[in-house]
Amino acid sequence: MNRFLIADAPVDIAALREALLKPEAGGFCTFEGWVRQTNEGRAVSGIQYQAFAPLASSEGQTILDEALARFEITATRAMHRTGYLPVGDIAVWIGVAAPHRDAAFRACRYIIDEIKTRVPVWKREHYVGGCAEWVACHHVG
Amino acid sequence: MPRIELEYFAQLGEQAGRRTETRETSVATAAALYDELRAAYGFVLPPEQMRVAVNAAFRPWTQGLRDGDHVVFIPPVSGG
Repeated sequence: MNRFLIADAPVDIAALREALLKPEAGGFCTFEGWVRQTNEGRAVSGIQYQAFAPLASSEGQTILDEALARFEITATRAMHRTGYLPVGDIAVWIGVAAPHRDAAFRACRYIIDEIKTRVPVWKREHYVGGCAEWVACHHVG
Repeated sequence: MPRIELEYFAQLGEQAGRRTETRETSVATAAALYDELRAAYGFVLPPEQMRVAVNAAFRPWTQGLRDGDHVVFIPPVSGG
């Protein structure tokens, strides 16, 4: 099963976490990215996420495999949403279980940073007042 | 002429006015196909800021194209 989900509907986060419960793990670190109510001073009502799903899933899986190779971790899963998400919804979820906390934190940070620069997902912000636009990339400017 | 299946995402979809397209073209590489599409649709993004995927895998811009290939030009990503 692919451990990096591209989901067009809300995902049961408890089930994602449960998949990481391993007897050899001593802790679990997670990062959730949420839709925020403002961006660069503009009031946001929601974000439309679009993904090239087959490549987003495989590139995400590659990132998780890199994290497993680089850090002393036990297991990792991640999920990225597509579709329209209102303020407060979970857009991205990453979980890492590890024997010790340092590797769990570092792997979690690695995974979100790589997702933001490599996984083909794009967001179109919808602003209070009605207009919307595609957001410039994270790693330029 | 080879027929290429194209899928457009983010601002490229807006600029092309469509999400998918089957295009007959004589161009030899992904780079040349993007040049052809820039001329057709006025894509603003230069290839230096983009990547290209052929059959759902990242490939170099020099990648040759064959009949039936599925091509996606990847604008700078903004997920997370």
